[in-house]
Amino acid sequence: MQANQTKIIIVENLVKKFGSFIANDNLTFDVAKGEIFGFLGANGAGKTTAMKILCGLSHPSSGRVTVAGYDIYSQTEKIKRSIGYMSQKFSLYEDLTVYENFRFYGGIYGLSRSMILDQTQRLLSRLGMSDYKDRVIKTLPLGWKQKLAFSVAIIHKPAIVFLDEPTGGVDPVTRRQFWDLIYENAHEGLTVFITTHYMDEAEYCNRLSIMVDGRIKALDTPSALKERFSCNSMQEVFIRLARN
Amino acid sequence: MECRVRSDYNIRLMIRISDVEKHFGDVTALDKVTLSVQRGELFGLIGPDGAGKTTLLRIIASLMIPDAGSTLVAGHDVVKDFAKIRQMVGYMPGRFSLYQDLSVLENITFFASIFKTTLEENYDLIRDIYVQIEPFKHRQAGKLSGGMKQKLALCCALVHRPELLILDEPTTGVDAVSRIEFWDILNRLKAMGITIIVSTPYMDEASLCERIALIQGGHLLSIDTPAAVAASFPHSLFSVKTDNFFLLLTHLREWSATFSAYSFGEYVHFTPTSETITERDIMSFLVEKGHSETHVTKTQPTIEDSFMYLMMKKQNQYAG
Repeated sequence: MQANQTKIIIVENLVKKFGSFIANDNLTFDVAKGEIFGFLGANGAGKTTAMKILCGLSHPSSGRVTVAGYDIYSQTEKIKRSIGYMSQKFSLYEDLTVYENFRFYGGIYGLSRSMILDQTQRLLSRLGMSDYKDRVIKTLPLGWKQKLAFSVAIIHKPAIVFLDEPTGGVDPVTRRQFWDLIYENAHEGLTVFITTHYMDEAEYCNRLSIMVDGRIKALDTPSALKERFSCNSMQEVFIRLARN
Repeated sequence: MECRVRSDYNIRLMIRISDVEKHFGDVTALDKVTLSVQRGELFGLIGPDGAGKTTLLRIIASLMIPDAGSTLVAGHDVVKDFAKIRQMVGYMPGRFSLYQDLSVLENITFFASIFKTTLEENYDLIRDIYVQIEPFKHRQAGKLSGGMKQKLALCCALVHRPELLILDEPTTGVDAVSRIEFWDILNRLKAMGITIIVSTPYMDEASLCERIALIQGGHLLSIDTPAAVAASFPHSLFSVKTDNFFLLLTHLREWSATFSAYSFGEYVHFTPTSETITERDIMSFLVEKGHSETHVTKTQPTIEDSFMYLMMKKQNQYAG
């Protein structure tokens, strides 16, 4: 990314140990504001551990980390207010309506009643789902729930949203619509930090890091990575790095 | 045994499903599904969550009774002859369902003894997989990593040397490298004569099967070889790339000449409404919109292109 862009996540020499096991081994990277940053790695490479630290849910063993300008050791509550999080397991309450879910999460983040109403209207109209405000979540198709879960994750206008394998299991059309939503929001300045097992989705990121056994093995734009490793696709790059 | 086998039974068929239906309340999970799988085939059921894959596999495994239609496995009816079918089928459900508080070896021994066999008796079949979990054979199954659990579940599904192996999304949530290793294992099992039906939401895995069925909303969209499914895409298809991916998609979707525009990695797969549209037309449209570094080439459709085309076609039928 361009040097003049604001760094919204800064990670320097991050180490996380569980007993003698080193889950994160000296990670150093940064993420720019408005960037779509792909965080890739094989199962067990240490992605979840690092993501928990960045979300303020776990402390590093050592290293310096700031997220949205806040320190990971002393300002975790401020970090939690500045980020949104969505995982493959939906965070929506199945028995509540669409609007009740928005109201619940908006309330948790301390938004005023009018702010919640404004945000719900804005986010639903963007999804073309304004007419479904009072539908119970469990009656909606999976792809809709996924888009709603994303919208709920950004109801408090966070600076960064963390997406942990958000597109698992959905049909290929819906998967692409979900990425349209990511692009739209990144275009408006939202920083997107995303993990995925779909290697075609890796190509949609501005930059990617690939973790192997707790370390970052490579970090660059998709096209630079493909050039460096003389591969035609990110799938090939990933397999080369993860297998060695 | 002979008397139970239907007279119209074709010896080369492992699975014959005719007009099978399954409803859960208002939801139609399977709508008149008809499908055959040959003996020795590696057959893929490709579709997203909620398509009906699990329901269909459970019916084949005799674990669920269809509302209508007939299903034969090696000539045996899955409803009437379920006991026969359970002897000859190995089933690995999507959710890990072994005994978490038994060790690796205890789980395998348990499943072997249910089928009155032993690990040793069928060791040749599972050796390649078992050696990978053998170092942990005394560890509780619940304490294994995801990849190891998957290999243990496969061992348990194979320990009685089934004729038919049914795998429900064995690679979901598994990283790209482990997925390739798993498919290598499946190909070795196929070479040993085992018929395999496997479901997956990953379109790229479809090409690793001999034949596939694309399934969406309880309907089979297409059944054929992966190459034929890809080639069935009825329009011309272009691969397009410019300096701004987001604007490229936006502009293409606004264009009156666009039938569809979907992102595919670093490219957009573009289908025009008319076959008379050429590379040159697309190029000049994009240059006019201010794009640079524009690349347009004709490209071969993939299974995913066909899936999206068939899926949208089906949806439009319903829409009127």
